[in-house]
Amino acid sequence: MSAAYGAPLRPMLVRHGLLLIAAALVLFPFLWIVAAAFKTQIALLTGQLLFQPTLANFMNVLFSSTSDYVRNFSNSLVIASVSTVLVLAVATLAAYSLQCMQWPSWVLHSLLGWSVIFHMVPPITLAGAWFSMFRTIGLDNTYTGLILAHTTLNLPMALWMMGVFVRDVPKELIEAAKIDGAGTPRILRHVIVPLVSPGLAAAGILSFIFSWNEFAVVLTLSQRQTATVPVAIGKYAQENTIAYTEMAAASVLSMLPAVLLLLIAQRFIVRGLTTGAVK
Amino acid sequence: MYLSSTENARSASPEGLVDNGSIHSFSRDRFFRNLTLAPAIVLFFALTVLPMINLAVLSLHDIDWAQGLSSWTYVGLKHYASLAADSLFKASILNTLVFATVAVSVQMVLGFGLALLTSSIVHGRLFYRTIFLLPILVPGIIIGAIWKLMFSFDFGVLNEMAGAIGIMPRDWLGDATYSLASIIVVDIWHWTPFCFLLLLASLETLPQDVYEAGDIDGATRWQSLWYITIPLMLPAIAVTFVFRLILAFKVFDEVYLLTGGGPGTSTEVVSFTIFRRFFTEDRPGYGSAMSITTFAFIGLVIVVVSAVTRRKGSAS
Repeated sequence: MSAAYGAPLRPMLVRHGLLLIAAALVLFPFLWIVAAAFKTQIALLTGQLLFQPTLANFMNVLFSSTSDYVRNFSNSLVIASVSTVLVLAVATLAAYSLQCMQWPSWVLHSLLGWSVIFHMVPPITLAGAWFSMFRTIGLDNTYTGLILAHTTLNLPMALWMMGVFVRDVPKELIEAAKIDGAGTPRILRHVIVPLVSPGLAAAGILSFIFSWNEFAVVLTLSQRQTATVPVAIGKYAQENTIAYTEMAAASVLSMLPAVLLLLIAQRFIVRGLTTGAVK
Repeated sequence: MYLSSTENARSASPEGLVDNGSIHSFSRDRFFRNLTLAPAIVLFFALTVLPMINLAVLSLHDIDWAQGLSSWTYVGLKHYASLAADSLFKASILNTLVFATVAVSVQMVLGFGLALLTSSIVHGRLFYRTIFLLPILVPGIIIGAIWKLMFSFDFGVLNEMAGAIGIMPRDWLGDATYSLASIIVVDIWHWTPFCFLLLLASLETLPQDVYEAGDIDGATRWQSLWYITIPLMLPAIAVTFVFRLILAFKVFDEVYLLTGGGPGTSTEVVSFTIFRRFFTEDRPGYGSAMSITTFAFIGLVIVVVSAVTRRKGSAS
């Protein structure tokens, strides 16, 4: 707010003080888990503040023969990337169709309405049905099944966001391209996609993160070969004697994509989160 | 500008081509119109509508596994009738309601406060926003793992801090007195940033001239907050609140990792009960009845809320 420019120094310091406290509260658990990941089990259990950092936890998580973490990580990468590409393709085509191609309004409203309801319902309500359907057609415990499930889960969000971005493309540009004889494929490739690329970036990053983070559906549809990173973390907590420091190390590794995307693409993340919800 | 000159040349004589072309392009447009929407329709139909039908059918049956074959017995509405008597389901609905209302209310107040603070500073907005965004982007299951370690009775940092100021250590997750409150604390930490972000976004779009008019009339800071900011923000506040409230009903990951619904039924939530009935206890018929009921309830809430907001919107 512009009023802030004239604000005296002391309220400004108070505000920064409060915000710094909030920032510290947000950061503290992350710093604590990073510290735990570098501790030995004994250092953690005795609550040492000063400790000899060790890489043993990371070594065990990554290279121990009993750990599936590397496979889980690559499963997560495959499922999140492929489902993101699919989500973007399906959502962009559908958004263009709904916004620019004169569908009767009941089609628009029932499709968007259904996707909002589906987005709001706990994924676990459908997981049971997916499980039995996928098992019937042999898609349980496969990449294909998990990718399809994540594509469907993230489609409402992407459809909503791409709808907003496609709606904002000036109709004159599309009309002009049509008069010049461009068909739908050309309009999509040369007019729509370039103009909605910020939307694609925002929807794509969020879809990747949400797929990476998704737990309940992968838990129910996967087994050891296809399990993703969140399921691996969940496994640690289920053991009889929890390897706390290894769980911490695996958690730290699993947060890396989110941290990386936050640092390089914050603008798109903010835009995506606020378009998806406020409008 | 992207088009080749030959295609430009085709439209050079409009008269001759328009009639001919419009009939042709009408059917072609229709073809592409259907083609572009088809993938979304197919996906939604195959993976949301069909499963719903599947669940509805399942919920009317008992499924038994014998010698690798499933035998279905039609039981009518028996499962729905037993829902009403299921004390676990009742406990989970109550817990979920308490959890969602308390957590989201606190998140809204804190998020709004942080948004006001952030919008009133000149330097460092990006810095704070980056930090506040982090919890939203991290997997819920990892948030659970982090807090499970911090809440630990033996070595958790919370008990260390409590010890330092002379409070007896507590079993935050294993004691039914504190377990739901602990989960609520985790959710507040997790999702306050989301409320902050949405409210900050709409704070930044408020018209400035109203504030200038207020300044001229000698409004104090509190007056302009109370009489300008909050009334202007009400729609955004309402939307964010309802949105978060419904999403809070989804809670699963953190509960799975932190308490598994226990101790007793103290942190049993709806998603977790469905998971337990369907997968752990292998009662797909009964689990489906729960899913359908939950689905219908949330669908109803959304329809009512959007009807109310639409009426409000058209009235004002």
